[in-house]
Amino acid sequence: MEEQKYSLEGEKKLEVTQFIVTKIGNEQYGIQIKYVDNIIRMMKITRVPKAPHYYKGVINLRGEIIPVISLRLKFGLEEIPETKDFRIIIIKTDKSNSVGIIVDSVSEVVSLDEEHVEKTTVDSNDSRMQYIAMIGKYGETLISIVNVESLITEKE
Amino acid sequence: MDVSQYLEIFIDETKEHLESLNSQVLVLEKDPTNNETINEIFRAAHSLKGMAGTMGYKRMQRLTHDMENVFSEVRSGKMVVSAELVDIVFQCLDALEEYLTCITETADEGTNDNEPIISRLNSMLKGEAEPVKEAAPVVKKEIRSDAPRREDYHAVDLKDFEMHAAREAIGKGMHFYAMTVQIDESCILKSARAFLVFKNIESVGEVIRSEPSVQDIEDEKFDWSFSMFVVSKEPMKAVLDSVLNVSEIKSVVGEEITLSPEEEREKQPEEKPEEKEKQPEEKPIAVVEEKQPEVVKDSAGKPAAGAAAPKQPGGKPVVNRSVRVDIDKLDVLMNLVSELITAKNGIVSVSDSDKEDAAQQIREQVEYLEGITTSLHESVMKVRMVPIESVVSRFPRMVRDLSKKLDKKMELYMTGEDTELDRTVIDEIGDPLMHILRNSADHGIESKEQRLERGKPEAGSIFLDAYQDGNNVVIEVRDDGNGIDVERVREKAIEKGTITKEQANNMDDKAIIDLLFRPSFSTAEKISDVSGRGVGLDVVKTKIEGLGGDIEVRTELGQGSTFIIRLPLTLAIIQALMVTLGDEKYAIPLSTIQTLEDIMVSDIKYVRGKEVINLRDNVIPIIRLREVLDVEKERESENMIVVIIQKGDKQAGLVVDQLIGQQEIVIKSLGKHLNNNKLLSGATILGDGEVALILDVSALL
Repeated sequence: MEEQKYSLEGEKKLEVTQFIVTKIGNEQYGIQIKYVDNIIRMMKITRVPKAPHYYKGVINLRGEIIPVISLRLKFGLEEIPETKDFRIIIIKTDKSNSVGIIVDSVSEVVSLDEEHVEKTTVDSNDSRMQYIAMIGKYGETLISIVNVESLITEKE
Repeated sequence: MDVSQYLEIFIDETKEHLESLNSQVLVLEKDPTNNETINEIFRAAHSLKGMAGTMGYKRMQRLTHDMENVFSEVRSGKMVVSAELVDIVFQCLDALEEYLTCITETADEGTNDNEPIISRLNSMLKGEAEPVKEAAPVVKKEIRSDAPRREDYHAVDLKDFEMHAAREAIGKGMHFYAMTVQIDESCILKSARAFLVFKNIESVGEVIRSEPSVQDIEDEKFDWSFSMFVVSKEPMKAVLDSVLNVSEIKSVVGEEITLSPEEEREKQPEEKPEEKEKQPEEKPIAVVEEKQPEVVKDSAGKPAAGAAAPKQPGGKPVVNRSVRVDIDKLDVLMNLVSELITAKNGIVSVSDSDKEDAAQQIREQVEYLEGITTSLHESVMKVRMVPIESVVSRFPRMVRDLSKKLDKKMELYMTGEDTELDRTVIDEIGDPLMHILRNSADHGIESKEQRLERGKPEAGSIFLDAYQDGNNVVIEVRDDGNGIDVERVREKAIEKGTITKEQANNMDDKAIIDLLFRPSFSTAEKISDVSGRGVGLDVVKTKIEGLGGDIEVRTELGQGSTFIIRLPLTLAIIQALMVTLGDEKYAIPLSTIQTLEDIMVSDIKYVRGKEVINLRDNVIPIIRLREVLDVEKERESENMIVVIIQKGDKQAGLVVDQLIGQQEIVIKSLGKHLNNNKLLSGATILGDGEVALILDVSALL
């Protein structure tokens, strides 16, 4: 399998992490698989008034109320009309705390080892960069790896 | 014996006993000669001792044992209740509470021997026990000559099942007595007398064994005396008196027998013929002196003295929170569940049949089901309800301690302790209430001198009243102290930079008082131990709001202040009115709704630029929910549907698009990401799986 090629390359045993690759516009974003609880299709979202603008509202996932963030809005991008590829990734950081993240589409799962991941230099001009922890190289494509903790933590 | 299964019961019951002890000792402090209270304390201490002993908590047993001894002295009038005594007893209770906390957390009582308290108890005993010993021999001699050795209860060997019955009774807080009754030799109908003795005993307790047997006694097959083993809730004296009430009874000799698990079939080893006595209170003294060294050795020699107690290695709390449930409530629940099953079966059978009117039948079944689920909810909620007493019962003691500490005279009066609240609320409400009480004691009640100067009674009064008000439970804490000095709060707020001078001048008294609920705001001049460290009312407010309640202050300078806490009766499930705004659905808690009104747009008046309506001579501000909740505007029609809501003494009219109807909804949290949303108290899932938001009415007012 292709994804193994990169993780097993070389003799050194490297820490391998799996990422879910999502797409927003033309860019690929990776989310560490350990945070991902579920990936669901778009469903009816109930708007929550007076919430931060990037909160699209809340959904009912099997009896649980989960707030949903639009990654596009969070990254300061334009919203696009909903397509059938839209997915909500349910992120769970601790037991009682789930958040849904809306992405344009979900493409695949990749495994990357330490060698193929680089720390980013923070570019303060781009609001997106504060949510990007690292850049992963997967063959020819570059994957921005999302810093999930900072993404779902509310700043005052 | 493995007693771990009884641990929960032990903890529960110990808690209850300690609570009752605390309140009883408080009564005793005021009325040192109240015999009933003294008896009550003695009994509670005794049961505690028995329970601790059974569970193998030696230290706890020893402390209660000594406490019991002291009260045994008090009860027999050989010792007077002094302020010092009350103090020591309170210390005892605190120490016992410590043991209990320790046991709750680790199933072990800890290693604190509380030696100082025990030695103080004993020095009290020794200091005043002297006259007793002098009096004792006289009684003893007389009795010994009357009661031949071979016929008294010491000669009787109890059988296993009898011991078992006795132990069980002791476990239930009863006492176990042995006694020998001597009938006057001039008596003609001795078996009739004996019969009366038995009858009297049955009224206060239960005869476990008699020697000779009841049958033999009835047949007059006995000499002038017989022995009995009795279990009773009553103190020794009452039991013996009941025997002596029968005429022609010459004497009765008895003593209480304590059984510990270790001493299986043995009676107390230190029991000697010399200790037989007519005065039962005498005996424990002898026990103290003999038994004490042994116990000390025991606890010092092997620290794990409570060998019978389960040892939890991790030290994690061993007990789950539990609610005691009335068996009737459970029966109701059980019935409802059976009905639920019936209803389900009904639906199953309808859906299996191909009848044409299936839809109609299903509707009927669903209606039936609805009724059941509503009742089910109601009764589950009832099961969760706990009287507020379990929280407030410790307050009188607290106020007493505060009164000593602050050197102010004050009394706490409580009403409505039987008001019930949900268990989760009960668990949380203790600390806020305590805070408010401390506040009243520290800031509210003035010093003695000041009170006299103002013409108030020397002792300040604090009232705690709890009552149910519709779907809320209201707890009022009222004091007749100084009240809140609004001007001082104002100055202080400016000084601290909380508000500016201009702001201060524009704020009314109510707004100023609300400042007290801001973090780090204390007006007490000097920071005392009791309160005034700046963490206080803000925490109280947060906590109460977290429980879905609110807090309000009313105050009059020089007259006192009242803190009014309003709490929802139940959490989790409420009745709500569903409304629509555009294509969104919202739930308004029914408990806050006063009326629904159809208002003509032309009826809207303006007061200071704000929309109001005049409803039956009430001027009520109008809130357009669409604007507040950012729902797009719609063309105005001539009529508006207005939901009149009320919270406390505030009213408002909410303009909505449409009413859907009343519905029972389950409150769900919005999660911590959206929690700071003041307008909403949560969300609920509707029948079609859609999410509707629940409006927090108090935030709208």
